[in-house]
Amino acid sequence: MIPTPDLTHLNRGDYLHVYEPAEDTFILLDALEQDAEELRALAPLISLEIGFIGQILGSSGTLCITTDINPHACRCTQRTGIKNKIPIDPILASLSTPFYRRLQHAVDILTFNPPYVPTVFDEMEAAQVTAGITGSWAGGTDGMDITNVFLKQVEHLLSPTGRLYLVAVKENDVPGICERMRQEYGLQSTVVLHRRAGREHLFVVRFCR
Amino acid sequence: MVRLITHNLLACHAKGCTSNNFPLQFKDIQIELREAEFNPDFLRGFIPRIEWGALTDAARQLGDTSLPSEPPDMLDDDFLQKLHHVLLEIHVEEGAMVCPNCGHVYPISNGIPNMLLAEHEIG
Ligand SMILES: [Zn+2]
Repeated sequence: MIPTPDLTHLNRGDYLHVYEPAEDTFILLDALEQDAEELRALAPLISLEIGFIGQILGSSGTLCITTDINPHACRCTQRTGIKNKIPIDPILASLSTPFYRRLQHAVDILTFNPPYVPTVFDEMEAAQVTAGITGSWAGGTDGMDITNVFLKQVEHLLSPTGRLYLVAVKENDVPGICERMRQEYGLQSTVVLHRRAGREHLFVVRFCR
Repeated sequence: MVRLITHNLLACHAKGCTSNNFPLQFKDIQIELREAEFNPDFLRGFIPRIEWGALTDAARQLGDTSLPSEPPDMLDDDFLQKLHHVLLEIHVEEGAMVCPNCGHVYPISNGIPNMLLAEHEIG
């Protein structure tokens, strides 16, 4: 199975700057674990993980790249890799942008744990610019501004057998996202997990060709 | 960690920079060598993803000239070991990567490349 990563090297001080692994992180890890056998059978060459999830997919058989706009999150990911003896390449970047040209139809596993909490637009812009902790949860008016930018990159990135695991909340209109991805890009979707966490209703949706 | 496997996948994405924006050129770099687990199947699978000229060029910039100018037809262990070392064991810890087209500088600090752009540079 995919082990839950050892995060004991991260302390309170780190969580002032990065989003402490919370329900949205764990539901993504659980969804990946649920699909672990299929994912192994896929023999993924390249995984691209966007946003801090604590990192679990690396092995000598998979190149594991992570991007985050928060430098503290990148450093935590780096330390998580060292602690768990997993080779990880954390990149300080927005979404997949610097890889967009070279990873056309090349990503076998794509994960996105977006900033999805609805917030005011100014706060989101400010968060993306300062790229601190606010950036990991400020998601724009309906919590979808950053996700919408990302969703436009997905079809370009996925390999023929590639899949995306997307974390969303109910307010994001999950059926609407699925319908749009089918109509615009021909991608199929399945809700692989959903659960309530306090006030939030969280989903992990898997997309593939 | 900026390993050459990652460098081979990064392109400049500054506003309007859409051609000759790959590969980025290394500048003022410090490297560290760290052993990695050898996985020949992974390397064989990954070869089609590599821009070979960019890789050999980058390796030369880091002082490694062990790779042939074209990938050989026979992927024997001797070759795969060399490829393994170049792709996965050389870590660029400090320095920068510079776009050959627009000259944008992407700094590398503590092994993490900063590929973020300022607001006015985003395409
Ligand atoms: Zn450029």
